[in-house]
Amino acid sequence: MSTTIEDTEPEALDKVIIRFAGDSGDGMQLAGNRFTDASAAFGNDLATFPSFPAEIRAPAGTLPGVSSFQVQIADFDILTAGDEPDVLVAMNPAALKSNLADLRPMGTIVINTEAFEERNLAKAGYTENPLTDGSLNAYKVIEVPMESLTKEAVKDTGVSGRDVLRSKNMFALGLMAWLYSRPLEPTIDWINAKFGKKPEVAEANIATLKAGYNFGFTTEATKNSAVTVKPADFPPGEYTTISGNLSLAWGLIAGAKAAGLPLFYGSYPITPASDILHELSRHKNFGVRTFQAEDEIAAISASVGAAFGGHLAVTGTSGPGLALKSEALSLAMMIELPLIVINVQRGGPSTGLPTKPEQSDLLFAMYGRHGESPLPIVAASSPSDAYEASVEAVRIALKYMTPVILLSDNSVATGSEPWRLPERDSLPDFKVTFATKPNSPDGEFMPYVRDPLTFARQWAVPGTPGLEHRIGGLEKEEVSGNVSYNPANHQLMTDTRAWKVANIANDIPPVAVDDPDGASTLVIGWGSTLPVIKAAVRRVRNSGKPIAHAHLRHLNPFPANLGEVLRSYDKVLIPELNSGQLVRLIRAEYLVDAVGLNKVSALPFKVTEIETKLLEMI
Amino acid sequence: MTTIEYTRGDFQSDQEVRWCPGCGDYTILASVQKFMAASGIRRENAVFISGIGCAARFPYYMSTYGMHSIHGRAPAVATGLATARPDLSVWVVGGDGDMMSIGGNHLIHALRRNVNLKILMFNNQIYGLTKGQYSPTSEVGKTTKSSPMGSIDYPFNPMSLALGAEATFVARTLDMDPKHTGEMLEAAYAHKGSAFIEIYQNCNVFNDKAFIALTGKEDRDSNRIYLEHGKPIRFGQDMEKAVVMHNGEATIVDAAAVDETAILIHDQTNMTMAFALSRLSHSPTGPTPLGILRSVEERGTYDDGVNAQLAEAKSKKGEGNIDDLIRSLGTWTVG
Repeated sequence: MSTTIEDTEPEALDKVIIRFAGDSGDGMQLAGNRFTDASAAFGNDLATFPSFPAEIRAPAGTLPGVSSFQVQIADFDILTAGDEPDVLVAMNPAALKSNLADLRPMGTIVINTEAFEERNLAKAGYTENPLTDGSLNAYKVIEVPMESLTKEAVKDTGVSGRDVLRSKNMFALGLMAWLYSRPLEPTIDWINAKFGKKPEVAEANIATLKAGYNFGFTTEATKNSAVTVKPADFPPGEYTTISGNLSLAWGLIAGAKAAGLPLFYGSYPITPASDILHELSRHKNFGVRTFQAEDEIAAISASVGAAFGGHLAVTGTSGPGLALKSEALSLAMMIELPLIVINVQRGGPSTGLPTKPEQSDLLFAMYGRHGESPLPIVAASSPSDAYEASVEAVRIALKYMTPVILLSDNSVATGSEPWRLPERDSLPDFKVTFATKPNSPDGEFMPYVRDPLTFARQWAVPGTPGLEHRIGGLEKEEVSGNVSYNPANHQLMTDTRAWKVANIANDIPPVAVDDPDGASTLVIGWGSTLPVIKAAVRRVRNSGKPIAHAHLRHLNPFPANLGEVLRSYDKVLIPELNSGQLVRLIRAEYLVDAVGLNKVSALPFKVTEIETKLLEMI
Repeated sequence: MTTIEYTRGDFQSDQEVRWCPGCGDYTILASVQKFMAASGIRRENAVFISGIGCAARFPYYMSTYGMHSIHGRAPAVATGLATARPDLSVWVVGGDGDMMSIGGNHLIHALRRNVNLKILMFNNQIYGLTKGQYSPTSEVGKTTKSSPMGSIDYPFNPMSLALGAEATFVARTLDMDPKHTGEMLEAAYAHKGSAFIEIYQNCNVFNDKAFIALTGKEDRDSNRIYLEHGKPIRFGQDMEKAVVMHNGEATIVDAAAVDETAILIHDQTNMTMAFALSRLSHSPTGPTPLGILRSVEERGTYDDGVNAQLAEAKSKKGEGNIDDLIRSLGTWTVG
């Protein structure tokens, strides 16, 4: 049935958006990640958006069980994983049903036809087979009997039973590699490294990968379909592809190194923050101690203990876990020890949508503690940015002897993008000095003597002779640190703690505004919306309209010039994946009539959503 | 390192001790300070971590390093400190509410991990700081402010609980027996791993005489069962009582009524025996075992394990290099 076609030069596209979708057991995340790495090695810019159910294995073939991975590759610096896929790989009816609406008109669908049998169709809620009822007429459909071709490909490799069909994701990947002119070598290298100890499995996966590639090359159905996306024009430098959880973890290691301190990470497994624990536990040769605690409270409490002992202490979690840590966080603030608290935000409240992106913990980070407990807040705005956000959080915590909340979210944590690496030996130096001598005239150590500029107290660690002291959650008398119920002292200490945090505004960069055309409307965001806002800004400018853009890394305190910036524009738009949290803080702080663009539908913004709103406002 | 000669006064802080007059905590504080002075621990290397409650004020009265943390979390705070700093001697102090109610989870996990912590639980069988509610060690039927018709909660047996959590050192002592308290502190300090000591402590305001059977002149000798490793378990005014195993349970008998060889020889390395002894008394109203129920060093400590893995990783992979780490997934160069 298949005929060999002439070798033709693939059509060149500037970008393409591909979504792999299948059952959560079909290996779609893996196929997507391999496609991403091959594209990165090829020199494309890219951005990814993985989406998977919270259940590890939802019932096979059902809509809740669908897992997908979207990647956009381009020859220019794209910013997001894209709004509408150009190509959808559907491994079963449920994957088709739950993803078809997103596909662009006239888009391509690659279908694993053998999964479209009666039982699977029924599980997905189809009464008619979409392959035959004409409902896909508006798309270009490539039908592939993927299962029998996979069986055929692996028959001589020695794999048997359930392992046979396990490699069908490689067939899909091979086919996509041909369609988009990706090299196979990076994937083959990866397979050999991954399955080195099981040569028959490696062989089966490689055979299937090649079978998929060859199927594309030889089949009539795909004739004239091959396209290429040329390498992007990146600024010179050394690059890697990175996901946010990893770069955040590396930033912590870098921060500890810059501070000259050992790193202690206390955590309790929680989606989507667990990968930080996994990554850090692999790097004990950096002097990293990871502590998998019995619960979220123990995770932060142990970190407080490690901080008392002179370690760079970090605890990581997601929203519900931050709620549990709240009491200990106030203790850390009260005893003024450095601590990093990572919140990889997810859809809330309660268990909510554990695998979906949302920015709905900003007000919680700001106010979610008893009493008056102001804390600095730093947010990561993309997978690669999480590294620098981490280092910055560490810098602030140590310099000001305060806990810092570092906000990430599911998009940052699980998405990936190319990262231009910092030069070798370019790590900042903020070496910490512990107290070694008494600091009062009578030769005692007074734990609440403060630095006149930062208002930070001194860090005297156990084991230092002559500096024995006690700290605790009861209100402390200024200077001596003794328990104090004195009314004037409580006022003073409350004011001092607030002032100490507010003063950090003088030690962070002013907010930079990107406004080449002298716009009168400003769009300002924070966290993971950076790429999508940038893309929308670019489109608005391409249509000839001026627009100014700024993005906040520091959410508390705000940069010192923020009020002035906001007041210099007629209109201000704040897009957020919540019901309006930053906009509330900004309106309250600066009395500026900023407008929110808000979304809590478990999905990132589409570029068009922000673009449309901006065009409406300008 | 030079040795410093300390006196008890060297471990007293300048803070006024503010427990109620007559509180058992005073005697325990004195016992701990006395032990510290004699122990050879350098003052700067000792750290006392507490939670919340009357007992939890303890660190403020010690001239060592200390932290008065939050309710129930002291074992977790101390776990982090001991893991980060295995060179320190880390002590945890709290009451029965702090350790067995709000902090029960942290206590059992610290014990099972065998973190090198010395945990002192002052058990007065009442909530003192909140002025008199029943606690997880109060007896059934106890009438308190929050149980006017009598408590219907069944209490923990702290010894059984600690043993069930795989604690490697479990002991019990009494505030009113400073000599014995000192011996238990010394044994706990010498033990490598988590050491749990329950100290019966009289709250003379909200639960006075809860331990009168063990402290009152008339009854104390008949009720204190002092356990000593390798010795037959006998007690009473004239050692007329003994403990034997009967139908798999530790049972009190008249020593004269059994053959000498039937009397249980205490073996602190025998978990089954330790558990059986912990069941001899559920509430200190009659004969009650005091001393070390269990002490084994068959398991390494958590902090040693953590630090051994660090050393192993460094010797295998070399000291980590951040510039190499961020390039470890493969890189490409543009321009």
